[in-house]
Amino acid sequence: MRWMWIDRVTELQPRHKLVAVKNVSLAEEHLHDHFPAEPARGLLASPVMPASLIVEGCAQTGGILVGHAEEFKHKVILAKVNKFQIDRDATPGCTLRYTAIIERMDDMGASVNCTIELFDFAKPEAGFAAIGSIALMFSHLDHNMGAAGQAGQDFPAHNFVFGDAFKTLLRSSGYAVQ
Amino acid sequence: MTRDDIFAKVREVLVDSLAVDEEEVTSTASLVKDLGAESIDFLDIVFKLEQAFGFKIQQGELFPEGVAQDPKFVKDGKVTAEGLTALKAKLPHVDFSTFEQNPAITKVAEVFTVDTLVNFVSKKLGN
Repeated sequence: MRWMWIDRVTELQPRHKLVAVKNVSLAEEHLHDHFPAEPARGLLASPVMPASLIVEGCAQTGGILVGHAEEFKHKVILAKVNKFQIDRDATPGCTLRYTAIIERMDDMGASVNCTIELFDFAKPEAGFAAIGSIALMFSHLDHNMGAAGQAGQDFPAHNFVFGDAFKTLLRSSGYAVQ
Repeated sequence: MTRDDIFAKVREVLVDSLAVDEEEVTSTASLVKDLGAESIDFLDIVFKLEQAFGFKIQQGELFPEGVAQDPKFVKDGKVTAEGLTALKAKLPHVDFSTFEQNPAITKVAEVFTVDTLVNFVSKKLGN
């Protein structure tokens, strides 16, 4: 289950909304490099979940929602990040929650808005608090080569975007997938 | 809604979608050449125009579809006379007069200017 940046799907309303959580763990190696201690400069280690991987987690949340809408028949790829804002760091021991909502979808692709919330065990009374948002565009790859008059392209017949990993994730979250 | 009102809303859509400055969005600016639009941006623009103006845009209604793939419409890398006629019929909001002089298929995306979008919206709103 490499390159999975969500741990569990907690809610799925087909063609509308998907909610997923990601537990930030100190066992994740990238946190050791982001950012390591620098004794020479007197800096202590400061492990922080990279914002780029939060974007990836949102893209996976939205991508599963868009892929699920057509039973994973389309090759759905993240085509564009329109806007991304995040207001605070996610540190080990916190839980991130991504809520993706389809704004618009057709044969060509979909636009998805995703909100990012954080549960901080240091402040459990706050619950999941909003810390950011992102606007994403997904393309149905085989249907989206004509918008600018471009020649079509052939892609592999198998669905290289939605492999078994995403389906396993949905199944292990309690959702039936063919 | 006046043409100026439509232009202002179209400009907002393009600033948002293409991350360009307001000043760059002039009526004659080409979406691809001047504002840096790529293929996925066309879909984004369609979605955002729908939101901004409250109407639905059918696939192929604003930007062409299936022209490049049809051998009747493209020969030796150029849009044929038949292809041009089909494009004009499908896309009455587009000014093809410059493109007609050298109808290379690779240049077809350049015909879409800010004015093209304003024309399209204006027609959709029944102006």
